[in-house]
Amino acid sequence: MTDAHSQGPFIAAIDQGTTSSRCIVFDRDGRIVSVDQKEHEQIFPKPGWVEHDATEIWTNVQEVVAGAVEKAGITAADVKAIGITNQRETTLLWDKNTGEPVYNAIVWQDTRTDALCKELGRNVGQDRFRRETGLPLASYFSGPKVRWLLDNVEGLRERAEAGDILFGTMDSWVIWNLTGGTDGGVHVTDVTNASRTMLMNLRSLDWDERILESMEVPAAVLPEIRSSAEVYGTAKGGALAGVPVASALGDQQAALFGQTCFSEGEAKSTYGTGTFMLMNTGDEPVNSYNGLLTTVGYRIGEQKPVYALEGSIAVTGSLVQWMRDQMGLIKSAAEIETLASSVEDNGGAYFVPAFSGLFAPYWRSDARGVIAGLTRYVTKAHIARAVLEATAWQTREITDAMTKDSGVELTALKVDGGMTSNNLLMQTLSDFLDAPVVRPMVAETTCLGAAYAAGLAVGFWPDTDALRANWRRAAEWTPRMDADTRDREYKNWLKAVERTMGWIEDEE
Amino acid sequence: MARTIQSLERAAAMLRLLAGGERRLGLSDVASALGLAKGTAHGILRTLQQEGFVEQDPASGRYQLGAELLRLGNSYLDVHELRARALLWADDLARSSGESVYLGVLHQQGVLIVHHVFRPDDSRQVLEVGAMQPLHSTALGKVLCAYDPVAHSQLLEAEREAFTVQTVTALPDLEGVLDLTRARGWAADVEETWEGVASVAAPIHDRHRMPVGAVGITGAVERVCDDGELRAQLVAAVRDCARAVSRDLGAGRF
Repeated sequence: MTDAHSQGPFIAAIDQGTTSSRCIVFDRDGRIVSVDQKEHEQIFPKPGWVEHDATEIWTNVQEVVAGAVEKAGITAADVKAIGITNQRETTLLWDKNTGEPVYNAIVWQDTRTDALCKELGRNVGQDRFRRETGLPLASYFSGPKVRWLLDNVEGLRERAEAGDILFGTMDSWVIWNLTGGTDGGVHVTDVTNASRTMLMNLRSLDWDERILESMEVPAAVLPEIRSSAEVYGTAKGGALAGVPVASALGDQQAALFGQTCFSEGEAKSTYGTGTFMLMNTGDEPVNSYNGLLTTVGYRIGEQKPVYALEGSIAVTGSLVQWMRDQMGLIKSAAEIETLASSVEDNGGAYFVPAFSGLFAPYWRSDARGVIAGLTRYVTKAHIARAVLEATAWQTREITDAMTKDSGVELTALKVDGGMTSNNLLMQTLSDFLDAPVVRPMVAETTCLGAAYAAGLAVGFWPDTDALRANWRRAAEWTPRMDADTRDREYKNWLKAVERTMGWIEDEE
Repeated sequence: MARTIQSLERAAAMLRLLAGGERRLGLSDVASALGLAKGTAHGILRTLQQEGFVEQDPASGRYQLGAELLRLGNSYLDVHELRARALLWADDLARSSGESVYLGVLHQQGVLIVHHVFRPDDSRQVLEVGAMQPLHSTALGKVLCAYDPVAHSQLLEAEREAFTVQTVTALPDLEGVLDLTRARGWAADVEETWEGVASVAAPIHDRHRMPVGAVGITGAVERVCDDGELRAQLVAAVRDCARAVSRDLGAGRF
């Protein structure tokens, strides 16, 4: 996009994501000036294992930064700060003397640490570190991945204990390289990324010595934990040489920031392959008794940290893809709306896509997917409707859990992600939540959040109020369903959820 | 029987020859099967290839049916696909113009609004997706009638209500408006549908250069017009958006 009326100066945001790395240049109004993107290889050495080549990722990051700067027709002098957002939890160890990764990065989806997590739970189970970290022992998080690397890469533990090895999530890797790498690169991470390692104490915002000991992770490998918005260092070399590197946020937290959810009770939900919903719970971490994660939302400079509750839905957009690719009922993802709109309701059918078990708020790995309520009357259009309703009901379950944990009622839900182009889904969501659903004008909320945090750190924007003023409502859906219908449908949905449980009898 | 066109008959015969199973044939196979000179057969195959009906395997040089042929049967564009492709560009248009954005397609005898982006101020606005607008008086409708022959024929049959004193309802006058629309590539509605409201719209084309919809902005006449003329900057922004969506749908630069 070239736009004559975008005037400098600018902020550049780097989004190091699961499938690609991107760089977006934003102007002062938060408008996109240019974008560049490059995909990287997904490496699957064994079933359940997912890795990335960190060297390839760093090369791609340098390329997309150069690409975005060139497309914008600007120079480093026009860019006031660089912000970073990244795929969370993906774990890398590298040699600080050579800058070489010692192993591929282990991606968040990788399940190789399943058994290790069970073992780490000892007699307590998966909530052993929940009080300190807000997280259950699950294979997503970084701590057990570090332990696996130290146990399985020959000689690594000795090198780590000698102080030659650095650990980082992708924010740390990008920042270390941006700021010079072996030539004085800074080894830092931010509170949001650190909160996904299972190694940080949520209250002290420091590495937790007891957990480090339990997981046998030497403190020497750990980055310094900093706020999400402050100057960590300046870029050495490359297209943005000399520009301050001024923010880091995990991708979902960046979207929360980009959606300007700065007040307690404000929430955003990102609808992609899966769905991630985060709610700002203010400056106290809220313990979840309803299967949600407690995490750091963001921290601006020396201000108090802001915490969040997080609920994720494993299967949302991927259910539509499944309807397209496996069932062949539609030719493109957008067509699900056409098919679903051809009928007035679900015809009595409910689809619970527990493809790999039920996640928040149930956490039942013995569950499997179910289509319930089938009669001779049901057509593929009803099933298409049930597919969209599944995403909306699952969102409702998460918001209910958030309300129970936090005591805060959701007033409106801010949405982003690819599925927000589905008008019927957005209306259904509003109907089921009985709350307005709002889509902002800039869909790229993840990059925007990183840009906002970096801009705050260097004074490009004065405060969060100025960012709020930038926020624009592109569309709003308001509830149209009567309460009786909603209650009856929700009951039916919960009945269908019930039917999924206990399908897998032997969990081993 | 009326006179037929020999090269079309030959092209049809070639497609039949290549149809059925995973068939790949070389130039000489095709030429001899149809009793044609190689040069003649090659000319027809090359034309079919340009249209996407036939593909040539780069390694063996053999010909097979092209993907285009498969798409021909179901080539209509799903309106939800159109919305998904237009989303980013429509947002950007709303931001740069400061006005609300509408995307419309032909539906029966009117314009069906398939996408709506709010005007970027803090005012309360209601989503108008699913609403219908008239063909003869709105900028979206005029664009559709100017570019889509089906819309044009609907216009002739539809009732053309005079919503305001500005509304053009007489057919010869409307044809003049459509000629102008085609000549300059965009249409306007200055208080022809609603008092005090003006809009500008431009056509969206797909990869076959088929008109699939129209995108435009709507706002208070005082903001959208200057001295009774539409502001050139807004017209340019609307046309840029329409071109960007068309490019996303695979249309070439034009």
